[in-house]
Amino acid sequence: MRRNFIAAILVAAFLTGFVEVARADEILVAAAASLTDVLNEIGAVYRSKSKNSVNFTFGPSSTLARQIEEGAPADLFFSADLLKMDNLDKTGRLEPGTRRNLLSNQLVIIAPVDSKLFISSPKDLLKADIKRIALAEPTSVPVGVYSSKYLTDEGLWDEVKPKVVPVQDVRATLASVESGNVEAGFVYKTDAATSKKVKVVYEVPIDKGPKITYPVAIVKESKKKAVAQDFMNFTLSPVGKGAFKKYGFVVID
Amino acid sequence: MIFSLETWHITLFSLAVGLTSTLVILPFGIALAWIFARKEWPFKSVIETLVLLPLVMPPVSTGLILLKIFGRRNPVGQWLYERGVEIVFNWKGVLMAMAVMSFPLLVRSVRTSFTEVNPRFEQIAATLGASPLRIFFVITIPLAYKGIIAGALLAFSRALGEFGATILLAGNIPGKTQTLSLAIYSFVQLGKDSDAYTLLGITVALAFLFVWCSEWLLRSAKKA
Repeated sequence: MRRNFIAAILVAAFLTGFVEVARADEILVAAAASLTDVLNEIGAVYRSKSKNSVNFTFGPSSTLARQIEEGAPADLFFSADLLKMDNLDKTGRLEPGTRRNLLSNQLVIIAPVDSKLFISSPKDLLKADIKRIALAEPTSVPVGVYSSKYLTDEGLWDEVKPKVVPVQDVRATLASVESGNVEAGFVYKTDAATSKKVKVVYEVPIDKGPKITYPVAIVKESKKKAVAQDFMNFTLSPVGKGAFKKYGFVVID
Repeated sequence: MIFSLETWHITLFSLAVGLTSTLVILPFGIALAWIFARKEWPFKSVIETLVLLPLVMPPVSTGLILLKIFGRRNPVGQWLYERGVEIVFNWKGVLMAMAVMSFPLLVRSVRTSFTEVNPRFEQIAATLGASPLRIFFVITIPLAYKGIIAGALLAFSRALGEFGATILLAGNIPGKTQTLSLAIYSFVQLGKDSDAYTLLGITVALAFLFVWCSEWLLRSAKKA
């Protein structure tokens, strides 16, 4: 039985070519789903230039933080949310002194691409032709939290709130705007760029909007901290920064 | 239609791990199903319900429990880690998630097929001096084999569709732990709908094929 089990596993590994290939060193980077495209691009360049290799696991920052908390073997963590990073810091899961704020993003208001909506200031959200506004769950999902905080700072939240349709995440916000079921929605600038069926009708000025920060840090239990540091430095090099900017992120210097 | 190399990779990986998972749980599933079908003991229904729980529990919570058990922070995960076995963020995590989530379906289907085997045949074999093990392999299994294969196919389909427990336990690592379901999720998150639809098409075709075969076997088993 035991031998069959092992044989079955070997066959599966062989069939799919998933036998661990021995490169010099291989690290695993846990990264927020919104960074998928840009990190895949940076990772491909890194692999071609370095003798080391890098793999990614992409998911919601909250899930990734949870996995690192349980001792999952990630070497580096790119979070879309300061709070998740703070929590890991407090419980001593991060390598001291390696954490830094890498990126920033910008809130935008979007509408269906054929919409005639015109927004010159956030007050325009109160106009009667905007009946519903989609935003990610304003108590737990970072982009939703940021959006509601921004509207609160502008003194509009109480009036806008009845129009708000809370949805699951950024993708769901995009989808509901794309379908025309809502007149407007709040997403990050980088997300708005991924859909051809929506257009940006208002960019929240960076100095007025909430500070949106993507922090990065090396995981304390990593056995390949040197490689993790090397890849982190690479994302901060001109090549890395160029890629982030290309995808619409703001690089924090 | 010609798919990209990546698509083939994801599909073959899902099929290979799904198949391994089904083969691994098959002997245990058959044994447990037989016990459920033939033996009676106090509080049997409690055990039966426990085995069926992953079928109805939110997969994410099953995944969280598995992550707790196999994470390095836990004695079990620690013990395995010291022996070089890593489940979390590894294809073995995919296997584990698929096995746990599809096990109840297998047990349920196979138990039904054992129940439909007339115990008279087994009793007659016993009076002729056959050992219980011999009866099991010569009488029970051949009479129930269609139901067993149907159950295995169903478990296999369930394994291919697994998402919630997999993403928590094994992560979503392209080329390493990314299954069809996880890849569809990634493409949807990134707004790459056409890539998502391609994988969706493959998933629907495979699921249809396996569930259809399973149903066909069950129907023909009833007629026989």
